Amino acid sequence: MAVAVDVRLPTVLRSQAGGQSIVTVKASTIGDVLRGLVSEFPGMSGQLLNEDGTLHRFVNVYVNDDDVRYLDSLETPVKEGDEVSLLPAVAGG
Amino acid sequence: MLRLPRGLYLQMVSHCITGLPDEACGVLAGDPTSGAVARLYPTRNAAASARLYVVDSRDLLQADRDAERNGMQLIGVFHSHTHTDAYPSPTDVDQAPDPGWHYVVVSLRDSHPVVRSYRIGGGRIEEESVVVLGQAAVAVAV
Repeated sequence: MAVAVDVRLPTVLRSQAGGQSIVTVKASTIGDVLRGLVSEFPGMSGQLLNEDGTLHRFVNVYVNDDDVRYLDSLETPVKEGDEVSLLPAVAGG
Repeated sequence: MLRLPRGLYLQMVSHCITGLPDEACGVLAGDPTSGAVARLYPTRNAAASARLYVVDSRDLLQADRDAERNGMQLIGVFHSHTHTDAYPSPTDVDQAPDPGWHYVVVSLRDSHPVVRSYRIGGGRIEEESVVVLGQAAVAVAV
């Protein structure tokens, strides 16, 4: 069942959301959260999800303290009171 | 310009040396306007590689939260180059997420560590000066 979830946005994505640092979306999974964000803020589309709908490798997505890549990725469920955080993945060579 | 208190500078270099033979990494928090670093978070390299680094995602979240609790932001990242000079690699440029960040490279190729800092955006690399400040500083481990 879809619940309202708060999503913390990193600085680099806030301009796509009118400067907001926290936005609320209705979702039952992390996939719903990200698709909801892209639907509301189309500027985020290429930064969160790949064209085939999978999670973009340059973004980290967390439910509370856990990275969803160590859970069920986009299928990870969210429940009332969960906090979702997005951060740019930091990597290089 | 990146302004780095001496204690944090030493902690950064020390973390890079400790990480050998792999690359080491961490993130910097402070004031995005002045480039003054107030806290340094050594993180794990999730890639565990001598050629690549990936800031451990859980360490990154803890650092981001700690910075925010203390009224700061993450403003940059440092990582070591174990066998090349202190200049961003093509991989660094491809993956640089934020043009507002400071990208610090610590080269351990020679007998003395070499620390340089860059702004990276739109595929372009611009070096900036690094100022090491004399006073003692707070160091925070994640």
